[in-house]
Amino acid sequence: MLTATQLEYFAGNTRLVDAVDFHLSPGECVALMGPNGAGKSTLLKLLSGDLKPRAGAVSLNGRPLSGWRQSERACLRAVLPQHLDLAFPFTAFEVAMLGRIPHHAGGPGPRDHAVVNEVMALLDATRFADRPYTRLSGGERARVQLARVFAQIWDERPEGPRYLLLDEPTAPLDIAHQLELMAHLRTLAGRNIGVLIIVHDLNLAAAHVDRIMLLRDGKVLHAGTVQSVLTTETLREVFDVHAQVLATAGQGTPLIRFDSCAQRAA
Amino acid sequence: MSLRGDGAACLPARDRAARSAVMVLLVATLATMVVSVGMGAVSISPLQILTILLEQIGLPVADAHDPIRAAVLLDVRLPRVLLAVIVGVAMAGAGAAMQALFRNPLADPGIVGVSSGAALGAVSWIVLAGSIAPLGAVSALLGHFAQPAAAFLGGLLASLIIYRLARFAIIDGQTFMLLLAGIAFSALASAATGVLTFIADDQQLRSITFWSMGSLGVAGWAEIRVLLAFLLPALAVLVLMSRLLDALLLGEAVAGHLGFDMARARPALIVCVAVLVGASVAMTGMIGFIGLMAPHIARLFVGAGHRRLLPAAALIGALLLLLADMLARTLAAPAEVPVGLITALIGGPFFLALLYRRLGMR
Repeated sequence: MLTATQLEYFAGNTRLVDAVDFHLSPGECVALMGPNGAGKSTLLKLLSGDLKPRAGAVSLNGRPLSGWRQSERACLRAVLPQHLDLAFPFTAFEVAMLGRIPHHAGGPGPRDHAVVNEVMALLDATRFADRPYTRLSGGERARVQLARVFAQIWDERPEGPRYLLLDEPTAPLDIAHQLELMAHLRTLAGRNIGVLIIVHDLNLAAAHVDRIMLLRDGKVLHAGTVQSVLTTETLREVFDVHAQVLATAGQGTPLIRFDSCAQRAA
Repeated sequence: MSLRGDGAACLPARDRAARSAVMVLLVATLATMVVSVGMGAVSISPLQILTILLEQIGLPVADAHDPIRAAVLLDVRLPRVLLAVIVGVAMAGAGAAMQALFRNPLADPGIVGVSSGAALGAVSWIVLAGSIAPLGAVSALLGHFAQPAAAFLGGLLASLIIYRLARFAIIDGQTFMLLLAGIAFSALASAATGVLTFIADDQQLRSITFWSMGSLGVAGWAEIRVLLAFLLPALAVLVLMSRLLDALLLGEAVAGHLGFDMARARPALIVCVAVLVGASVAMTGMIGFIGLMAPHIARLFVGAGHRRLLPAAALIGALLLLLADMLARTLAAPAEVPVGLITALIGGPFFLALLYRRLGMR
């Protein structure tokens, strides 16, 4: 399990993350949602160890994040940041292969090639595997980066379950690839990987994740199952919108219709 | 090996192409060394070179003994050509490492200011070692190592300062801040060097002029031994860190996610660059732009992966400096143009072209 207790983070005197408790179990898919500036990316960076919390602690499979060797940790947990530039002429395949670095000592072996080929096919990226990454479109680059983080945690490990933390992976993707990605994340969850995803599309999240955490001003305002968290009241409170939550027949997945923007609280 | 064949072939195919590129470069470098060694007032043919070298290692040779050619080859030409190769390799390695560390294809020891820092270190040593007693003692202790060590310290300080200045800009992806920091630092280091020049005596002044323009003329076997003692370990570490350099192209955060302990790897890398640049600058003065050009040209042949890039860039660096030195010796023969001027004359436009292309792509 990936857990955090009472996380606090400040940038200067501004409190960006405020007493956040968090847990992500293997096999579940959790969405971290909230308005711009709510502290979602900061929380993800705290969970990944990129930022050190002022208070609180993060632990991975029962051991504090700092108690892991970085190279061990890298086999258990992959992170996809929001923005990634690359100014050097790697091919798409080579970028995806970077995800296998924790698994080989010198050069990539047959297993590494097999995994990268498999995930690139899964993410519909095989077609441009040999093209320079810098010449790809935004959506193609996003799929290559996803292939990289998938490849990183593809193999089961004796150290315990694996986790994948994604910061807005759907943003550059077209709708078909967004839906495909969410389905792939479910597949990963089915392989006992814990998935945390920052995503803005409430309907996309509602249809594909197990739990939602709603964050605003660095605090978790609501957390729980999709049905319990996504209500007219919580959406107004967290996002300042008037919305209707419609239940779709049969499945029970809420469908949200946005009516208007509410008056923002000053 | 895998379900899909299309992607599976691409790495081995590229590896093969890269290996042949490196072989071609190796042959080209060796051939250029032979030409360069034979070139000058006393010309020496490849056969004569072979004869002298065989004789040197004690093999019986049929050809008549030629003491003048042997002396020119062994005492003058060979050390000079080897120095060009070594410094070319070191600068190319430092350039490739800096470009990865700063995530900027425009980074280069000269442009970023590490060379100016190293030159300042060396010049400070020239001017101050004689007049400050404790430094004189250090000088006596270190002998040949003192000047490279001073240049290394200068280069290290410069690397640390610039890296700290540019770090946040690098994280934000505003890599142009790095160049600004480098310009500012270079100006500062030049000013300090100017002050030292002002208080230097005549003999010191001549040494200082030599630093600022760069020359391979001092080459002797002692210098080469000292240089190798500094450079070989640094180059070995770079090669061992080639996977880290690959990961760094996506940023320090990603390198951390991929399992590298950046708190330890970052200083190791900065020290490597400082050793490569500091020791080279201490021996030859400021020879700019090799570190910028060599990795760029190498990437055209072997791509961005450092396992292939480092050897290719090293050979191209050696080749570039060999060619520049041949030009330096022939353009105004029998006088010698400082080789740093040649590399700057070639490298300056190269840099501007890169800058233009990058700006044009926005």
